[in-house]
Amino acid sequence: MSDTHAQTVAFVRETQIPPAPPPATETGVIKWVRENLFSSWVNSILTILSIYFIVRGVIAVYPWFANGVWGTSDLATCRQILDGATGACFSVLQDRWRQMIFGIAYPDDQYWRPLLAFALLLVCVAPVLFSKLPRKLLILSALYPFLAYWLIWGGTIMIPIMVMVGFVAGYYAFTWAERASGFAAGLASFVVTASVVWFIGGLISGAMPGFIALQEVPSRDMGGFMLNMILGTICVSLSLPLGIVLALGRQSSMPIIKGICVVFIEFIRGVPLITLLFVANVVLAYFFPPGTNLDLILRVIIMITMFSAAYIAEVIRGGLAALPKGQYEAGDSLGLNYSQSMRLIILPQALKISIPGIVNVAVGLFKDTTLVSVISMFDLVGVLRGPILSSTAWTGIYWEAFGFAALLFFVVCYGISQYSQWLERQLRTDHR
Amino acid sequence: MKKSVILGALTVAGLAAGAAGAATLDDVKARGTLNCGVTTGVPGFAEPDANGVWQGFDVAVCRAVAAAVLGDGNAVEFVPTTGKTRFTALASGEIDMLARNTTWTFSRDVDLKFEFTGVNYYDGQGFMVPKDLGVTSAKELDGATVCIQTGTTTELNLADFFRSNGISYEPVPIETGSEAVQLFTAGSCDVYTTDRSALAAQRANFANPDDYVVLPEVVSKEPLGPLVRHGDHEWGDIVRWTLNALITAEELGVTSDNISEMSMEAGNNPEINRLLGTEGTLGEMLGLDAEWAKRAIMVGGNYGEVFANNIGESTNIGLARGLNAQWTDGGLIYSPPFR
Repeated sequence: MSDTHAQTVAFVRETQIPPAPPPATETGVIKWVRENLFSSWVNSILTILSIYFIVRGVIAVYPWFANGVWGTSDLATCRQILDGATGACFSVLQDRWRQMIFGIAYPDDQYWRPLLAFALLLVCVAPVLFSKLPRKLLILSALYPFLAYWLIWGGTIMIPIMVMVGFVAGYYAFTWAERASGFAAGLASFVVTASVVWFIGGLISGAMPGFIALQEVPSRDMGGFMLNMILGTICVSLSLPLGIVLALGRQSSMPIIKGICVVFIEFIRGVPLITLLFVANVVLAYFFPPGTNLDLILRVIIMITMFSAAYIAEVIRGGLAALPKGQYEAGDSLGLNYSQSMRLIILPQALKISIPGIVNVAVGLFKDTTLVSVISMFDLVGVLRGPILSSTAWTGIYWEAFGFAALLFFVVCYGISQYSQWLERQLRTDHR
Repeated sequence: MKKSVILGALTVAGLAAGAAGAATLDDVKARGTLNCGVTTGVPGFAEPDANGVWQGFDVAVCRAVAAAVLGDGNAVEFVPTTGKTRFTALASGEIDMLARNTTWTFSRDVDLKFEFTGVNYYDGQGFMVPKDLGVTSAKELDGATVCIQTGTTTELNLADFFRSNGISYEPVPIETGSEAVQLFTAGSCDVYTTDRSALAAQRANFANPDDYVVLPEVVSKEPLGPLVRHGDHEWGDIVRWTLNALITAEELGVTSDNISEMSMEAGNNPEINRLLGTEGTLGEMLGLDAEWAKRAIMVGGNYGEVFANNIGESTNIGLARGLNAQWTDGGLIYSPPFR
């Protein structure tokens, strides 16, 4: 066989052909473009159209950015410099960024305090968000609310310390009474103990107003993006536990608790947030005796928290409803009591299912904080609509200021959304 | 959030506090600051500058009252209010007085139970249109879309005007002046109507102010002035006579420049002496000291100076005195005598 073969075939290759690069159309950028942009004639048309519109958009917007004017002190000078050309007047940001971030009245030399509070927020919220960090850091997170209050509002450090002592004392009273005679007694003793400590603490801190005190800043002076961040952070972190309680209450077999939770949730969800804010601003003032002016921010926080808690409760109820009945029965069969089976079996699974919904509510809530501008609070939108856009220097400006506001909100909301996706991947235990 | 808030919320001790009641003057003195309601921003009338310090024509009234009562024109807590929240803020006691471009009307005075303490600016509602529209009179505006701020008297005047002239319009409701400007210059409405002072102020900052005209018609009387709650006449008197002191000072030629000289000792003009407290006991009658009016005038000058510095012809706003000249110059600004 081999002989014939050797004689009939003119050439036999005895070495391997060196590997050639794949054809140009099957590799690299060209392949990617062919597959993703021009895979069929319909897609090709769509691609070309999209490119056309993108280019048109860039051409239209680019000079607005490129000709942007910085450093003028009012709009008229800005227009003179532009001299009829298209261009943004970014000077408004330069001139008024302090008011956009901190509001019009927060004292200039105290800006480091909210900034420090914000930096600490990132540090202290990390152990809550990332479970791989050492658990002991959670102490920081627990301390944070009191520290942040002291930093932002100022005054003596005794107030937050006393409030904290009240919580700690209440917690111990709760665990002691719960062990002795059940959950309800625990709750009652928490309230009683904490109130007593707060009352005494109020007397003590009232007696020493200068003890490690920062300059006091009244709530009215809070504003700008800082106010949005304050409202967003506080309301999200308060409404999450409240929402869990409401969701569990709605599932409760005790009719009164269930009734209260259902009425609360349905009532709050049936009322627009703006209405609640107007109630907070306008109506509540009539109910309090003159002189006891419950802080406006506090009233607003209560209203927004109630509002978002009702929504979060429904989201979590969805998570609870998605769990098979077997999970509840498994808890019972292990001999766990109610709070144990909730804490160890039901809630971890229900909350995991609810993450996208909760984040949705949180992002919406953060953006809803701008609604406080309608009750004449100077949050970021309020400060733009009121003092900045109605000032003699800057009336008539619009896109620059609101674009900046949109950018700030986008950064925060996008961050929250990215975190939630990461969290979902971390908690994924199935085999999809 | 002060400690009283925390305690109040926790112990509801506040319920016992009750009966703080009528004496606004005592409240203000005890607090050490005057809570004065202003707009969230109207160019020239009330606006915080780049450092967050409130400036403007209405703001000057607040500062004058604070100076008269507390001796410090900066002892004012400015509470921004919108057209919707202003009256409840005053009625609920959140603010002691409102100096916010508020038109003195019968129903606000009588039905809402407020007391207007005078007029610091006589305004009237006008219309602004683009020149291209080719309109020379408001009566030609049949079928026009009109940008209008909600919750104001201008909204009602507009309806009255169009109804009495038998023509129709389509309102475009908006919340703040800056939004109105944006919509109007973008062409979302044919006509923008508000007080003529505001029209002039906003037009000054348009990209092309010459492309727009303010129509000659003045369709309403808008006497703007500070107001207080019914029921505390002593406080109302203080606000009223502080404003009158500024007006009288202009009439008598007392300015921020010469006031310290004039108030050194009693001069030849008895009314100036009574005003500045070098003679008589007018301050005492108000429950204040003798130099109350002097302090009020020293903060921002007399009425004419306040006008010139904030909205007068030398400013960007560029309003002429017009109706707001002293009565001696043919205007309506007139103060009862200090006697």
